[in-house]
Amino acid sequence: MPLFRAPALAGCRVRSGAIAAALLAGFFLMPLGAASSPDMPIGHGDGEGAHRDHAPAHGGTNQSTHTKKAFPVLSFDYKAVENPFLILLWILLASLMKLGFHLIPRLSSIVPESCLLIVVGLLLGMLLKLIGQNPLLLSSRLFFFYLLPPIILDAGYFLPIRPFSENLGTILMFAVVGTLWNSFFIGGVLYGVCQIEGTNLSRVTLLPCLLFGAIISAVDPVAVLAVFEEIHINELLHILVFGESLLNDAVTVVLYHLFEEYAHVGQVTFIDVFLGIVCFLVVSLGGILVGAIYGLLAAFTSRFTSHIRVIEPLFVFVYSYMAYLSAEVFHLSGIMALIACGVVMRPYMEANISHKSHTTIKYFLKMLSSVSETLIFIFLGVSTVAGNHKWNWTFVTVTVIVCMVARVLGVIFLTYVINKFRIVKLTTKDQFIIAYGGLRGAIAFSLGYLLNTDHFPMRDMFLIAIITVIFFTVFVQGMTIRPLVDLLAVKKKQETKRSINEEIHTQFLDHLLTGIEDVCGHYGHHHWKDKLNRFNKKYVKKCLIAGDRAKEPQLIAFYHKMEMKQAIELVESGGGVKLPSAMPSTVSMQNIQPKKPPERVLPQISKGREEEIRKILRTNLQRTRQRLQSYNRHTLIADPYEDGFTELIMKRKKVIELEKKLKQMNNYLTVPAPPPDSPTITRARLSSDPQPWSAKPSADNVPAIKVDLASPQSPESGSPGREARKPVLQVTRETEEEEGLVMRPSSQEKPRKGPEDPESEKEQQRLLRCLSDPGPAASEEDEPFLP
Amino acid sequence: MGAFHSVPEDHEYHLLAKKTGFSLEQIVILHNRFNQLSHNSDVLRREDLRKIPDLACNPIQSQIVEAFFDERNFKKGGEGSVQEIGFEEFLTVMSYFRPPETHLTAEQKEEIRRTKMRFLFNMHDTDNDGTITLEEYRHVVEELLSRSGSLGKETAKSIADAAMLEVASISMGRMGPDEFYAGITFDHFLKILKELEIETRMNIHFLNMDTTFFCK
Repeated sequence: MPLFRAPALAGCRVRSGAIAAALLAGFFLMPLGAASSPDMPIGHGDGEGAHRDHAPAHGGTNQSTHTKKAFPVLSFDYKAVENPFLILLWILLASLMKLGFHLIPRLSSIVPESCLLIVVGLLLGMLLKLIGQNPLLLSSRLFFFYLLPPIILDAGYFLPIRPFSENLGTILMFAVVGTLWNSFFIGGVLYGVCQIEGTNLSRVTLLPCLLFGAIISAVDPVAVLAVFEEIHINELLHILVFGESLLNDAVTVVLYHLFEEYAHVGQVTFIDVFLGIVCFLVVSLGGILVGAIYGLLAAFTSRFTSHIRVIEPLFVFVYSYMAYLSAEVFHLSGIMALIACGVVMRPYMEANISHKSHTTIKYFLKMLSSVSETLIFIFLGVSTVAGNHKWNWTFVTVTVIVCMVARVLGVIFLTYVINKFRIVKLTTKDQFIIAYGGLRGAIAFSLGYLLNTDHFPMRDMFLIAIITVIFFTVFVQGMTIRPLVDLLAVKKKQETKRSINEEIHTQFLDHLLTGIEDVCGHYGHHHWKDKLNRFNKKYVKKCLIAGDRAKEPQLIAFYHKMEMKQAIELVESGGGVKLPSAMPSTVSMQNIQPKKPPERVLPQISKGREEEIRKILRTNLQRTRQRLQSYNRHTLIADPYEDGFTELIMKRKKVIELEKKLKQMNNYLTVPAPPPDSPTITRARLSSDPQPWSAKPSADNVPAIKVDLASPQSPESGSPGREARKPVLQVTRETEEEEGLVMRPSSQEKPRKGPEDPESEKEQQRLLRCLSDPGPAASEEDEPFLP
Repeated sequence: MGAFHSVPEDHEYHLLAKKTGFSLEQIVILHNRFNQLSHNSDVLRREDLRKIPDLACNPIQSQIVEAFFDERNFKKGGEGSVQEIGFEEFLTVMSYFRPPETHLTAEQKEEIRRTKMRFLFNMHDTDNDGTITLEEYRHVVEELLSRSGSLGKETAKSIADAAMLEVASISMGRMGPDEFYAGITFDHFLKILKELEIETRMNIHFLNMDTTFFCK
């Protein structure tokens, strides 16, 4: 009985390694044992006519004849659960491998994960072969229907739109023209080589060669993602290589089908070539169209999910997967459909769904894609061992060399052409990375595997060549690209957070450039983008986004998101005592407010006018300060973001009315402060802040954590203090705070526990619940449509 | 459309080409556009620019128009604003949006960056006191949000305040409660927008061939 010691875990600490090994041994023991053990004597009652399956664990039905067997208390029935069990076993194995790699300290920084996984797959394959078990091969159906979609959906949903659309022309050139060039060059050269005397390859005619070229030339998104994610190069290069790997699917599909169809006929006429071009357009545009339709449907559905938030993530996955399958029905490009679906639905989804659903989608997609990727690489290793091998030195070596040469030549030539049209030219270093980053992966293998052996008797040779190329690119190129990037000092990704100034100026620049283009009179990139944005705002958003969120401009949405993130950061860092390092300064609002109020209060004006002016000042300064406090993380503010937006609007109206009524109120700002030692206050106070920001004493029906603006330095503390009517004041304060924190207002979430709960409890619970999820780091994924 | 006019303007074109860096074809095309906007007169007025229909939908239209008439952008060291401009000034303002050449030293790139950022700064600093005050910044944000309806006004203020606070924090570090941060100076402006890579983004593709769609 083979005791399986996972080699990858060998370097771990002994304990975890031993436990894992024992687990794996146990897991492998069971199915293997079951596969070879004889049928259990249950359910084979003599005298029972029927051939029962081993299902009856309650096998006490042997009642008929002589011997009455004992009631089986425990029985073993593996066959019933075999399939799901094996699947889960593989998944578990993949995940444990991933864990194992990261436990070994230095390994993951030298060797990319994909390499390690392939090695593990190889070992597993050899092991299973030794046992005699037929391992689960990477069947194309499994790959294309189950393993590939999550990865592509993850890529498409989180595709950074701005760099992608800015570089779309370049990406398309590389994807379409580059792949075509690669295919024909590789196919042609291989054909030439095959015709040479001496190699016994003359039976490989032109069309199979071209088909092989088509299969092997496509850059693989899975491999690119796996390697590039670890090296953190700058956004431009990343999106160029990655975008190319996604968009070349259409070309590959068309070429593959074209050559496969006609390979056994033996010749391709001009009509076929023309039809091929038409087919390419249909495949790509059709795929995008299908994806976009499903995306719009998903966005529309999400408009109505405000009452049942729990199934929101489901819509994302189901609609996307259906888009993929629908595209596959018509032999359109499923990958492009999936990308289009993700891209189209994302901005509207994000406006409609709750924060938790967003987090769920993010995590779930990452988890699925991670597992898929791991499984793909392991299976690749296993399948290598499992297949029949017809190794042919000439063919394989020529293939590897020609692939590299073709890629380099293609990139150089295309960059030369592209640079004539680009504003930001691609340098030689960029070209090198693009050429070097053209990794092949499992898609090529699966496509090769799909070939019909009757039509293509050399399929096994093809397969072994494909595998060699994949191994070469993933191992050699994957491992060396990281030191090369460091050596060449390629610009890396900047990890800075987006600041509000940058956001303001990005928008400003967009409008400015559009304006200048209009003055110049030519319709450039910015003009069309602006037109699309306006169209989007005017018509599309109204249909697809629920409620008032449709009108929220991007800048405001960004600002609210930032406030939210900072508020969460504040709570997580345990209160205001220790500031996150982003803004380690003591500058606060009073430093930038002009010392004098913006309007001079003349002493001779009437009471009414004076009150009006005071109100203006109050609202401006007060609200600003409040919001700035939330931005400054000075205080904890009760979290209203689950409330409905319309409720807020109504409350706001109430506030305005109340203010009108409060003519006697003069100075909001000198409310007596509670003792400064209460726990809420110590938590909320900023240590370097000289002012005693303090929380108000909690009253009934009021959120316990409040902000107090009692400020002896406020510019208008001149008037004689008057009584503050506390309850009214607090209600006002609360609504103003809620306004200040209008984050993702998921409209109309009816509180399940009944609306009469004391607000403080509810608010605090909500605050705690929503903040207990640490959430993914703020990143530039959260960008609206065409930012 | 005749791409090449008669000779008398050629000499001027060469001078302009040297001054602004545009190529001759680009200058010809821009001159055609200038003539079209100004209705074949020698000077361009604000109303001519305001008549461009696409520009009317732009939220920062007035600031863009002002920028063309701002003497600080004419590279002659003047200040204030004028009522009408000639083709040379038009071209000078356009030259701020020319993409930089490929092979430049780091110093030259930095210089180009400063020039472009100066243009942006001048757009914000309307009273020409060398700093962008809180009021001016608020105005900028309000204009940006001006097309978004009622939500804009107050949130604009708070956004501008928050942005100002951020600049102050990054530039000044620690400030006592009594100090007053008057406004964003040009150096602070450069500092906070360093990540934006203005020299690669603030560019328009000027055409070499006369394929302009004459809108309107």
